[in-house]
Amino acid sequence: MNAGVNLLTNDGYLEEIRRDMIKFAHLQLRDEAQAEDVVQEALVAALGNTREFAGRSALKTWIFAILKNKIVDLIRLQARTTNVSALSAEEESMDQAFESLFKSNAHWTPGARPNNWGDPEESLREQGFWEVFDACLKHLPENTARVFMMREFLEFETAEVCQALSLTTSNCNVILHRARNGLRRCLESNWFSAGEQPC
Amino acid sequence: MLSCKEVTHLLSEAQDRKLTLSEKMHLEMHLAMCKGCSNFKGQMKFLREACLRYVKARSNGDE
Repeated sequence: MNAGVNLLTNDGYLEEIRRDMIKFAHLQLRDEAQAEDVVQEALVAALGNTREFAGRSALKTWIFAILKNKIVDLIRLQARTTNVSALSAEEESMDQAFESLFKSNAHWTPGARPNNWGDPEESLREQGFWEVFDACLKHLPENTARVFMMREFLEFETAEVCQALSLTTSNCNVILHRARNGLRRCLESNWFSAGEQPC
Repeated sequence: MLSCKEVTHLLSEAQDRKLTLSEKMHLEMHLAMCKGCSNFKGQMKFLREACLRYVKARSNGDE
């Protein structure tokens, strides 16, 4: 047996990596059962295709690459039966919230002007930031989150995301803009200005 | 002259495709005098970085 199989058949290691994989898959699929299935499939595929690994790090990266592909396959399949561009009530309310940031001349209202977030490194180092980030991601409506995560987490080109989900380019752009604006507003009010007095 | 609302769309699209020269020029002109949109630009950059780190922290064995 090679090192990869040894690690994967080690219960403790398997449980640890499985937990991380399910968390990752769940965030994108928003469905516990689907997340578990897709992780199962990825692990089976990994075991059936073992190679030599220098260590845990390389093995985990490789397994996550398999997992990403499995998630995308599933999303593609689902896209055939769901209309990703259809707006939910949540998405409509996000769009209204966005519109309300601007005056009638389409410039920022004074209270809504984006703030300077200072040195990003400082936030990225703090555990508390990642908890807020996680919560903000989970707060995004399902379809909006799906498009955004395919782009940013599964690292697909935007054209590939649109194609996989049968969206037009302009539709894709609108959804990504909605996701980014929603996330930045969530982070701004829950992390960057949390505890500050409104001015 | 671009409005702030239009600029937010361009700044989001800049994360996904190369902007045209004319788009870039209009954008830079606006950013030069609009603090809110310059901050928005910084926030888009921050989001990209945060997502990269988020995935890395989960898929690397070194943690």
